[in-house]
Amino acid sequence: MVGLSEAPQRAPGRWQIAEVERIRVETPRTKTFRLRPPMWVPHLPGQHYDVRLTAPDGYRAERSYSIASSPLDEGAVELTVDRLDGGEVSTYLHDVLVEGDQVEIRGPFASYFVWRGEEPVLLIGGGSGVVPLMCMLRHRRRTAPDLPMRLLYSARTRAEVIYADELGDDAIVALTREPEGAPAPDLPRVQLGRIFPGLLAAEAFDSGLAFVCGSNSFVESIAQMLLAVGYAPDRIRTERFGPTG
Amino acid sequence: MAGEEPGFVSRGFVGKPHGPGADRLPPGQYLERGFPVLTAGPTPRVEPSDWSFRIDGMVDHELEWSWEEFGRLPAEDVPCDIHCVTKWSKLGISFRGVSVDVLLDSARPQGEFSMARSFGGYTTNLALDDLTGGRAWVVTEHEGAPLPREHGGPARLLVPHLYFWKSAKWVSGLRIMDHDEPGFWEANGYHNRGDPWQEQRYWSD
Repeated sequence: MVGLSEAPQRAPGRWQIAEVERIRVETPRTKTFRLRPPMWVPHLPGQHYDVRLTAPDGYRAERSYSIASSPLDEGAVELTVDRLDGGEVSTYLHDVLVEGDQVEIRGPFASYFVWRGEEPVLLIGGGSGVVPLMCMLRHRRRTAPDLPMRLLYSARTRAEVIYADELGDDAIVALTREPEGAPAPDLPRVQLGRIFPGLLAAEAFDSGLAFVCGSNSFVESIAQMLLAVGYAPDRIRTERFGPTG
Repeated sequence: MAGEEPGFVSRGFVGKPHGPGADRLPPGQYLERGFPVLTAGPTPRVEPSDWSFRIDGMVDHELEWSWEEFGRLPAEDVPCDIHCVTKWSKLGISFRGVSVDVLLDSARPQGEFSMARSFGGYTTNLALDDLTGGRAWVVTEHEGAPLPREHGGPARLLVPHLYFWKSAKWVSGLRIMDHDEPGFWEANGYHNRGDPWQEQRYWSD
């Protein structure tokens, strides 16, 4: 496998004050923050950074966000963040932070939900669960474009599809709540409705890994479908977010 | 904690009102009212009839309990706060189960370390110090009801004073060892011990 950088065994782990180089509006609810930390290290696709906010009285809030950019983007790291109503950190990032600001980050972290060049790879994301998968897809396009990797991406509506202009024939978007009568979505491969077992069976590989990221209920339903189409549990890596009851 | 940057303030950040319970939140944690689920793979399906709990390794007596036998051990209510390394904490939660002290008592451990293991292959390491002295349980109930499957039912380890990945779901046993070894998350970038009050999240913390 060429071009995949080795992440350090021990992440630096230090808080760094990064500069916000660019903020891109992806959808009405998501923005991508391109950050420049003073000490950049290459990450593995799937890893995350921690972001920490500090108030004048010393109060602090921290969250973890997946990296969207390829590690070939040296010196910078892009985090795509969903704005959660009432969210303490995501609302600050969306509503307050501007280009040129500083933000404290540390990372990259974790080494399980990461792609190290294995093949073939099936990626299945729900909502902003697509972010770490997009990092894998982007990195594959730049290092090994012929490596078999497919993305199944479930979003509510066309307007909520993140990275829409980068989705090609290697990605199928399932729109679960596209309003009736909406114009045909301008995406190469799209289907209306949820990801269903038949679709998964058609896109599944006989070998290799599946990375599944999204809400707990999404991940659980997809993981059960993957088991049913023949993926052994050790071929399925999951990352879940969001509370359940 | 590594790499403090003294004096940095995030421009325009005030934070939520730091209300009651704030002193029960370890650094970097926020209050969660739901009960998020974190699992590395698909949720295993373990029926109580297939469940058993075994203590082996460096012990005087290896022991194993079936679900029925486990149910006859003395159980206690465990009110506690839990802290997940992904930053959420849940305060004032309640479980019911058997103290690890009770389980280890007749096994008579001869080592200082342990590896907890689960149905589905998950492992996590714990020093015996962290498992004994009324600080760890194998629990089968949550808020008065059987422990739900996605939260580790029928039984999980509960070690509330450490980050919650140490509280192995679908727990099936403990191996007592004379040396320390990393478990699943500990080998994948997370801290060996995981004390939330010292913010021991990652290897290097």
